[in-house]
Amino acid sequence: MGVDFPHRHLLEIGPLSPEDLWTVLKTARNLKEVLRRPIPKVPTLRGKVVAHLFFEPSTRTRLSFERAAKVLSAEVLNFSARGSSLEKGENLLDTIKNVAAMGPDLLVIRHPASGAPHFVARKIGIPVINAGDGFHEHPTQALLDLLTVWERKGDFQGLKVAIIGDIRHSRVAHSDILAFRKLGAEVWVSGPGTMLPPEREALGARVVRRVEEAVEGADVVMALRVQKERHGRSLFPSWHEYSRFFGLNRRVLSRAAEGALLMHPGPINWGVELAPELEDFPGQVILEQVENGVAVRMALLLLLLKAAEA
Amino acid sequence: MRLLIRKARILDPSQGLDLEGDLLIEEGRIVALDREIPPPSDCEIFEAQRLWALPGLIDLHVHLREPGEEWKEDLETGTTAAAAGGFTAVACMPNTRPPNDSPEVTRYLLSRAREVGRTRVWPVACISKGQEGRELAPFGELKEAGAVALSDDGRPVADSGLMRLALEYAASFDLPVISHAEDPGLSAGGQVNEGPVAARLGLKGIPAEAEAVAIFREVRLAALTGVPVHIAHVSTALSVEILRRAKEEGLPVTAETAPHYFTLTEEAVLEYNTQAKVNPPLRTEVDREAVRQALAEGVIDAVATDHAPHSPLEKEVEFPAAAFGLLGLETAVPLTLNLVREGLLSPLRFAELLSTAPARILKVPGGTLKPGSPADVTLIDPDLPWVVTEEELHSKSKNSPFLGWEMRGRAVLTLVEGEVRWRLR
Repeated sequence: MGVDFPHRHLLEIGPLSPEDLWTVLKTARNLKEVLRRPIPKVPTLRGKVVAHLFFEPSTRTRLSFERAAKVLSAEVLNFSARGSSLEKGENLLDTIKNVAAMGPDLLVIRHPASGAPHFVARKIGIPVINAGDGFHEHPTQALLDLLTVWERKGDFQGLKVAIIGDIRHSRVAHSDILAFRKLGAEVWVSGPGTMLPPEREALGARVVRRVEEAVEGADVVMALRVQKERHGRSLFPSWHEYSRFFGLNRRVLSRAAEGALLMHPGPINWGVELAPELEDFPGQVILEQVENGVAVRMALLLLLLKAAEA
Repeated sequence: MRLLIRKARILDPSQGLDLEGDLLIEEGRIVALDREIPPPSDCEIFEAQRLWALPGLIDLHVHLREPGEEWKEDLETGTTAAAAGGFTAVACMPNTRPPNDSPEVTRYLLSRAREVGRTRVWPVACISKGQEGRELAPFGELKEAGAVALSDDGRPVADSGLMRLALEYAASFDLPVISHAEDPGLSAGGQVNEGPVAARLGLKGIPAEAEAVAIFREVRLAALTGVPVHIAHVSTALSVEILRRAKEEGLPVTAETAPHYFTLTEEAVLEYNTQAKVNPPLRTEVDREAVRQALAEGVIDAVATDHAPHSPLEKEVEFPAAAFGLLGLETAVPLTLNLVREGLLSPLRFAELLSTAPARILKVPGGTLKPGSPADVTLIDPDLPWVVTEEELHSKSKNSPFLGWEMRGRAVLTLVEGEVRWRLR
């Protein structure tokens, strides 16, 4: 394709320049056309092997990567921690070395430990895509969020993006904050005090206590999934209290800018982060995010595998 | 057997000495120290121009991993590394398997030290049985067996009431109590310092307050009971402030820090570098500067290494799964010398921090070159350049964030009771 993408791996948003982000977005937008063909399949990556290593449960990310690889005609090796040698006590490095010995051209890794994809990238000589690591980042999610907003809003300059929920423990929030800011949007975050970053300005987002303040005049409002299963102890007293003070509903969203988008990385706890009445909110683009996820992952496979070939 | 060390710069804080002179050793003891000593007959002579002669360095805080984790380190390799680093004695922490909470384990350590040890070994025993924080260990029996101090080290005593009892009971046996100051509720699950680096890496942070809150508790318990307490590995500016106030108040509190806290900051863990994963975590530049000043001003009394060997099994893994700890014995001298070169410490204060103060805190022999004392002596070339490599390190493990660093200054001769335990090539 002759596209300049100067990265061997996609581990986090930090090293990507705005130009790199645009390269991914434009490539993804072009590839969306393929997805809409009657027979959505091209031979671009025929003969390439992509290994999907999921050390943590996932439905949509995993299916999305799988779909992306198959549309481009790559072979897919699937691995999940359950029922694997990890349960026999094998360590991560040995597992990865064994998978690498089977000759994949690229690894997609989801892992509960922050930094696990970095560790693998350092140890193994093939490209790695981070499909979510611990509380660190989920860069492909951020890229699909960017694509969704770009398609709907045309640009990022001057946009106000509000992210609501568990900011402190959300890899989606971390990647999104960095990505939206790189392209010129300002990002405001809010949620329960136990879920706000202890380092107020760490990621460059504006941190506010009241959800209404974050949503005020926002062009994009993103709710995060409340991940009760990922906390050692409870960070809020009850689901009811969460939905009442930190959940999004029509009343809160009426403060947002005209034509604001409502996003959510899924899976949604209806009645908690989002009131059921928002299912037909006019700016709701949650399924567009899912479709864009496939396009963005196709773009990344293409860019990284072509770069590795060059 | 006699040995005459000639023309060294003799640094002995116990006598306030900083002079160029000679040191005569006989039958394992120092017999004379003077500007010039005429060589007696039948005497080996060590020419020590440009070298520093110090009372043997004493490390208050090491992990020798024996018994139970000998794949990381054992008494022989650990004390060899100690001697190579210039240490003539090390105090070993009790978090072994089993933990040193019984006279049997203490006696085992001392008998292994007699068999294979290159330096003196001072066992530190547990405060609580099994380091579980519930019941006091048998301090009397432990002291009889040879323990010199008490600490639950990496599993800090969470129950303030138990800590008070420990101080009161330890006073009966004149055993120093060492506190690994950490509030476990505040540090739970933490991997690195709480702050921007933790946020960027998506790792749970350990706030400075986890240490400060615990230090404040120990300070008040020392005031309440009148029993001294020693704070291990101080890492934050906040902790330094609390210690400064305690000392101004005249409370019996002493403290140590480790070279990595005055050399590195949290930036060292970027790229998920597990070699720099240590507890307490590396902190910010402000903290590093506060620790340096505290050493110069005497708010922190001693430098200890917290030498914590780990094999690749514990370090070559994803960051949250990696063990806390780094090697310290062989890099402590050059890293602390950096503070002398920067004008922060005098050479005499350097000797105080690494020898005289640790001896005083642990109440063990050493820390002096007074004639009549055991000849535990360290000779240091303060300017010798060298590079830290795996081959240069004598520890069984190689988990150092300083690999590849160019250092200046190194121990060239380490004597324990007049016997050579390390001589550089």
